[in-house]
Amino acid sequence: MSGRDDILRRIRASLGSGDGEAGRAQAVARRLKRHPRGIIPDTGADTGADTVARFVDKARAAAATVETVRSANVGKAIVDFLRAHNLPQRLRAGADERLRRIAWPKGGEPEILAGASDGDDVTGLSHAFAGVGETGTLVLLSGADNPSTVNFLPENHIVIVDAADIAADYETVWTRLRRRFGASKMPRTVNLVTGPSRSADIEQTLIMGAHGPVRLHVIVVTG
Amino acid sequence: MEVRSPQFRQSAAAALDDARLQGALRQVRSRFIDKRAKGVASLPEFEALRENARAIKNHVLERLDLYLEAYEERVTAQGGHVHWARDASEARGIVLDLCRKANARVVTKGKSMISEEIGLNAFLERHGVAPVETDLGEYIIQLRGEHPSHIIAPAVHLNIGQVRDSFRAAHTHLPPDRAMEAPESLLAEARGVLREKFLSADVGITGANFLIAETGTSVIVTNEGNGDLTQLLPRIHIVLASIEKIVPTLDDMSQIMRLLARSATGQEMSVYTTLSTGPRRRGDLDGPEQYHVVLLDNGRSNMVGTEFQDMLRCIRCGACMNHCPVYQAVGGHAYGWVYPGPMGAVLTPTLVGVDKAGHLPNASTFCGRCESVCPMKIPLPKMMRHWREREFERHLVPADFRRGLKLWAWFARRPFLYRVFAGLGMTVLGLAGRRRGRFARLPLAAGWTAHRDLPAPQGGTFIGQWKRRRGAGR
Ligand code: SF4
Repeated sequence: MSGRDDILRRIRASLGSGDGEAGRAQAVARRLKRHPRGIIPDTGADTGADTVARFVDKARAAAATVETVRSANVGKAIVDFLRAHNLPQRLRAGADERLRRIAWPKGGEPEILAGASDGDDVTGLSHAFAGVGETGTLVLLSGADNPSTVNFLPENHIVIVDAADIAADYETVWTRLRRRFGASKMPRTVNLVTGPSRSADIEQTLIMGAHGPVRLHVIVVTG
Repeated sequence: MEVRSPQFRQSAAAALDDARLQGALRQVRSRFIDKRAKGVASLPEFEALRENARAIKNHVLERLDLYLEAYEERVTAQGGHVHWARDASEARGIVLDLCRKANARVVTKGKSMISEEIGLNAFLERHGVAPVETDLGEYIIQLRGEHPSHIIAPAVHLNIGQVRDSFRAAHTHLPPDRAMEAPESLLAEARGVLREKFLSADVGITGANFLIAETGTSVIVTNEGNGDLTQLLPRIHIVLASIEKIVPTLDDMSQIMRLLARSATGQEMSVYTTLSTGPRRRGDLDGPEQYHVVLLDNGRSNMVGTEFQDMLRCIRCGACMNHCPVYQAVGGHAYGWVYPGPMGAVLTPTLVGVDKAGHLPNASTFCGRCESVCPMKIPLPKMMRHWREREFERHLVPADFRRGLKLWAWFARRPFLYRVFAGLGMTVLGLAGRRRGRFARLPLAAGWTAHRDLPAPQGGTFIGQWKRRRGAGR
């Protein structure tokens, strides 16, 4: 008997087979299809509280830096960030079409290296699929538009997220994913990112900048 | 990994005498407990989520076969491969086979307790494949040839001096006079050394915090980002997961995810939660070409339907050990195998046998703190009691202990004699100890008095006091 069949047989034997078979299968199919939402923490979103403001607070609490700008000023925000941290005016980024729409300050357009990161880049730039107000979390999807290596290899990571894409909770983002990719389908990688990388493995002391970025800068775009 | 649980008593005694270890354990006590308390307080729905998380996992365990099939179907549909391993040796064989087919020399590894459970590193090394742990804590203990002493903070038993010594000994290609004082320098050093490994590895192995049946997705949760580089850069990604990691849907995963980081480190959310589904897609510029999941049983299918089924809800957050007075006193290594603390005391006997690990469920004061902090509401003390009963039934308890218990039971069944002798004992002890109020030494009680004094009894027996108070209350 194959390992697979053996394991499944053992589970069935332990559960005690019997009358409930059809009912069990139905319960599984139903849950997978309906994916009940469960308990959603009260973030105040349904009473009109500001989800974007909450996202900004929570992301800052997780040690990200955040600024909110109008879409015309995104380019300037990026250039200023690089300058403020003495970083080269050079970015690694994927093919996201929103990148082409960025208006750069005259004569100040940074060099853009297209494609995946190979580990030599200082700063990466990504566009998020969504933000989650509950915990200040960014949702990034793999693909040619935003290669996952850009999220992890450069020491500095700039992420642009549309204010309109910031949801109160994760469940709202799952609903959008299902709509975009189809039921039970997913992009290869979905990265939920909350703050820059860190470790507390040496004497429980929290140190920022472990294997991922040391700095995470979030640009929230309004209107 | 060799099972050293039978030596629990000796190991625990040695741990109590180890000043360096005791210093490190004090950190566990202060830091983890405060942080969890804050994390829990930040979410008013925490209790309701615990209830729901328990219900979700119970729902899955009663239908585990069906959810595993549904999960496998989704993984395969998206180009991934599922391998089923009955036990540790099958799992090791599958991994080695995949490494050999890929001609892999170097394998990077994200943190995985399953890898420890099946003893993967030693096995790969024996067969010419070099495993490199990439979680900072795991990397440190791998350099030292040790095993994790905590499921989420593997190197919690070490101090910075020990880490420095290990780095000095291992990183001989770096200048000997480099800065190594601050923990930041040590982290930067590890980052540099491991970055090269990440970029040169042929295979990346990670664990999984969840497997999602709805989408055929595996989920890892880290703060360092090492797990992501492990699975993103090599050509082949292997996920090691035990069969109970299944949750039905993305929404169900989110319910439990809200409990995990808060219970583990007190964070509202870990830095990186990564959902992986199958290999590189058309048009992708990065990501693994192959995606494999090794599903490990190793005794778990036999726990389903027994009094130990509840243990399969465990999400490995570590809260039970952080809050356990026994773990706080002896640390993780004394438990002698992969899983320490209360969850280990329940799980280890199921996985390696009660004959070898019977001491562990006895190392409990039954204070109940583990159950009260467990996000999945696992009745740990009750299950430890089940083990004690089984151990007793199978005559695995030492003879003098059994004789003592039998003698006590004989009296307990004869309430009159019990009262007479208990009263007599109290009176004698009370008189003998009345001057100092305590005993530094007592015949038959050296196990207690070697470490602390025994207070002299006063005020009559429990039953006597009970009678008097009930009388007074009427
Ligand atoms: S038994 Fe509970 S508290 Fe302990 S590690 Fe598992 S889930 Fe966490």
